[in-house]
Amino acid sequence: MTLAADREVALVDLLDRLLAGGVVISGDITISLADVDLVHVSLRALISSVSTLVEP
Amino acid sequence: MADALVYLYAVTDADAAEPAAPGGVDDAPVRRVVAGALAAVVSSVDAVRFGEEALQRSLEDLQWLERAARAHHEVVAAAAESGPVAPVRLATVYHDDQSVRALLHERAADFRAALDRVRGRVEWGVKAFAAPTADDTADAGAAPGSGDGSARPGTSYLLRRRAERDRAGTRLEAATAAAEALHRELTDLAVANRRYEPQDPRLSGHREPMVLNAAYLVDEVGGDALRELVATRADGPLQLELTGPWAPYSFAALEDS
Repeated sequence: MTLAADREVALVDLLDRLLAGGVVISGDITISLADVDLVHVSLRALISSVSTLVEP
Repeated sequence: MADALVYLYAVTDADAAEPAAPGGVDDAPVRRVVAGALAAVVSSVDAVRFGEEALQRSLEDLQWLERAARAHHEVVAAAAESGPVAPVRLATVYHDDQSVRALLHERAADFRAALDRVRGRVEWGVKAFAAPTADDTADAGAAPGSGDGSARPGTSYLLRRRAERDRAGTRLEAATAAAEALHRELTDLAVANRRYEPQDPRLSGHREPMVLNAAYLVDEVGGDALRELVATRADGPLQLELTGPWAPYSFAALEDS
């Protein structure tokens, strides 16, 4: 078992909450949900080149 | 400020202390916009960099996204130090303070209900993976034909591979069942729960498949019971990761949104 307090919050856990959780209100500047989904797609594409994202 | 937009992190009670956040997205100072009994925690941000087009592009830039997500999280965590907080989804931007005040007035009842729901409560995350077994490592190191001294090394290799696959399938079934049982027990301890999609192994940092990715809202004092329950399951068919306590990101949705 690992306690989060022992280390930095993993980006992927943070993004679960920041992109799929949180209060959803439409701001004046609108970013559509479809575009937010794209973030996940590009994350997956980028993951192979970004080794720091996944903690050791 | 005509050349600035207003980035919204969270909504809190108006009588909560100012959050002691070092700096928000784009290193912008953090301040509050108060309206009635509510306060919005915000930063003034650059109108070009946070305009629709640039923001869309920036969200696709992993390094920008990570900096923004961590800054947003720091501000929300600081705000949560001094009272209940309703975190707002990443990249929620308004034209000016007046629009933010209008939002707080229009949705006052919804925000108050959301804050009351999470008052004195925190979120814990539990992720479960199928536990790797000792034979995984042993088999991974074995070369074809080595090992049991069989007369037909090729056949024995194929049989061993099939047995490995069968064991992995059985293990995944056992882990999935154990995760569902654990989720039911955690749900009984929690005020509310929310499940997320299992994370891709490339993102989770685990080779083994994720069989549970969930968040639980518990009373601050109830965190001990949740931690103990997770600890008692640590030696079974599951490998567990507990994260938190988090601000209630997964439980602050407004009723009618």
